[in-house]
Amino acid sequence: MSRNLSTSTRQLLTLAALGAVSFTAWSAGADLGQAVKQATNWTAIGMFGVFVIFTLFITKWAASKTKSASDFYTAGGGITGFQNGLAIAGDYMSAASFLGISAAVMASGFDGLIFSIGFLVGWPVITFLMAERLRNLGKFTFADVAAFRFEQTPVRVFAASGTLVVVAFYLIAQMVGAGQLIKLLFGLEYWIAVVIVGALMMVYVLFGGMTATTWVQIIKAVMLLGGATFMALSVLWHFGFSPEAMFASAVKIKTDLALKDGKVAEAAATIGQSIMGPGNFVKDPISAISFGMALMFGTAGLPHILMRFFTVPSAKAARTSVMWATGWIGYFYLLTFIIGFGAITFVLTNPQFLDAKGGLLGGGNMAAIHLSNAVGGNVFLGFISAVAFATILAVVAGLTLSGASAVSHDIYATVVKKGQADSKSELGVSRITTVVLGVVAVALGIAFEKQNIAFMVSLAFAIAASANFPVLFMSVLWKDCTTRGAVIGGFLGLISSVALTVVSPSVWEVTLGNPKGSALFPYASPALFSMTIAFVGIWLFSILDNSARAKKDRAGFLAQQIRSETGIGASGASGH
Amino acid sequence: MEADLAATIASHPKYRELKAKRTAFGWWLTLAMLVVYFGFILLVAFNKPFLSQRLGDGVMTIGIPIGFGVIVFTVIITAFYVRRANSEFDTLTDAIRKAVLK
Repeated sequence: MSRNLSTSTRQLLTLAALGAVSFTAWSAGADLGQAVKQATNWTAIGMFGVFVIFTLFITKWAASKTKSASDFYTAGGGITGFQNGLAIAGDYMSAASFLGISAAVMASGFDGLIFSIGFLVGWPVITFLMAERLRNLGKFTFADVAAFRFEQTPVRVFAASGTLVVVAFYLIAQMVGAGQLIKLLFGLEYWIAVVIVGALMMVYVLFGGMTATTWVQIIKAVMLLGGATFMALSVLWHFGFSPEAMFASAVKIKTDLALKDGKVAEAAATIGQSIMGPGNFVKDPISAISFGMALMFGTAGLPHILMRFFTVPSAKAARTSVMWATGWIGYFYLLTFIIGFGAITFVLTNPQFLDAKGGLLGGGNMAAIHLSNAVGGNVFLGFISAVAFATILAVVAGLTLSGASAVSHDIYATVVKKGQADSKSELGVSRITTVVLGVVAVALGIAFEKQNIAFMVSLAFAIAASANFPVLFMSVLWKDCTTRGAVIGGFLGLISSVALTVVSPSVWEVTLGNPKGSALFPYASPALFSMTIAFVGIWLFSILDNSARAKKDRAGFLAQQIRSETGIGASGASGH
Repeated sequence: MEADLAATIASHPKYRELKAKRTAFGWWLTLAMLVVYFGFILLVAFNKPFLSQRLGDGVMTIGIPIGFGVIVFTVIITAFYVRRANSEFDTLTDAIRKAVLK
């Protein structure tokens, strides 16, 4: 275990990505190189088969309802607040959250909790400042909101770029993670796993649009929450529902492992107790704050999440959906913490789950998977494996849909056709884009198999926080914002967040193989700097903007504000 | 939206009330969330021993309830906003709608 402790900082920083896949590379960096292919697990494959067949029936039903572009993008705006809350949770709770965070808790205890909290705290900000305004101003994509009173072409081009860049990095990370995970869980070849994920995601989105995607996300959320609840309750039940007993057992096991590792009694006791407090995750305060900002504000700039607010009929339903989503996601993170501690007791002490060196069979991220076997036997193991696969599918379907919408609605219908595209041709473009995105995602997933892709999800969050969020925020809330300011500031945020990530240690040194200490940007996340650049850029280029367009932009604020606050003039349930 | 309708709504007392109340409420809650979250992050960054100190004789530390507390706080503050918005603010919005859209 000493190896795990000494590398936990790096592992956790990598996990910082928080994406569905980061956990794979994370464990890979620590001990595996690549995920080891397991024996074919027929129970898991059977369970997953049931899920797939069921969701394909839903897709067939959804396809019969997907006739217009509006059906495709927003399920006709007819999803209820409660349903949308579950779907948002299903869109957001990735396999990284489930497997990665429970594994991080098993390895380092308290440090895992820091991630969970970071992923959750963006939601109130979305609720207080964005959700209802988005619903009142937008129709299909967040660019509808960002470009509301501005010149359409430049803002749409920016928003589509922001969307596609975020979606691309997020999607590659998901695909590579899916391939590694499925290789581990189901014993399938990597490329087969990637093709299956790509094909299923294309079928859901292509035929069922937002309706099918929503239901896949809802079903996945219910399965994941149900499975995690069962695991956490089993763990707590074992300890007579006493958290103190659960923590004491974990501390004792960590202490014993340290003793076995040759530590003297006192040092071993310190190591054991260290899981109960913050460890080495946060080294310098700048990284801590910057990373916190990327997670908090990145959540409010993820295009596939923002898009979900247009699927509900009213601002009230939009608010209700974030309330439910926050509740479910918060509950889920409490469960992963218990699952991680349960894994210390049930997995780390059971030779059945360990290799010769005392590491977990199949890699560090298998904590929750082995725990499911320990508490529920082979059938439950199959169920949890299928849930992990379903989790990735639901996330990639949401991502693909938002990427396709950016191309068909923002670029094709608004920029190319100047808003004159008919619903049918717009739908056609969405479908073509879906296929292209699916093929590209599969190709990149296979191309990146051996790459360390862990930084990609953190990059996606940092870009969302530094490009999409500032533009959305300023265009909705700041009167003097202009087209020029929004576009220049937004692109500055986009470029600086990508550039700073490339020259940060996790990419410059770990991925590109440059010598240690040569990275120009020393911090774990660019958000503190790139968000500042974006906001200052938007402000500066707006106040310096004296063009005729700028006067129009500012004059449009009052009407936009009233609509965003009251919904008067916004499309209703059937008005989409 | 036509300019005169926008002007009518903007000068409507109920709209002013809604805007003032909701803006203040939203920003105060945002501030509260920022203070709680970045307070937690700064504790992690600057005062690890504080979070690692034990409560009583067992292994439980003060950091665990604080961490759980941040999660619970996040969920509660969100529900708190939504409850008020879905009753009081929506009532005001409906009143404005009725007054201006005859």
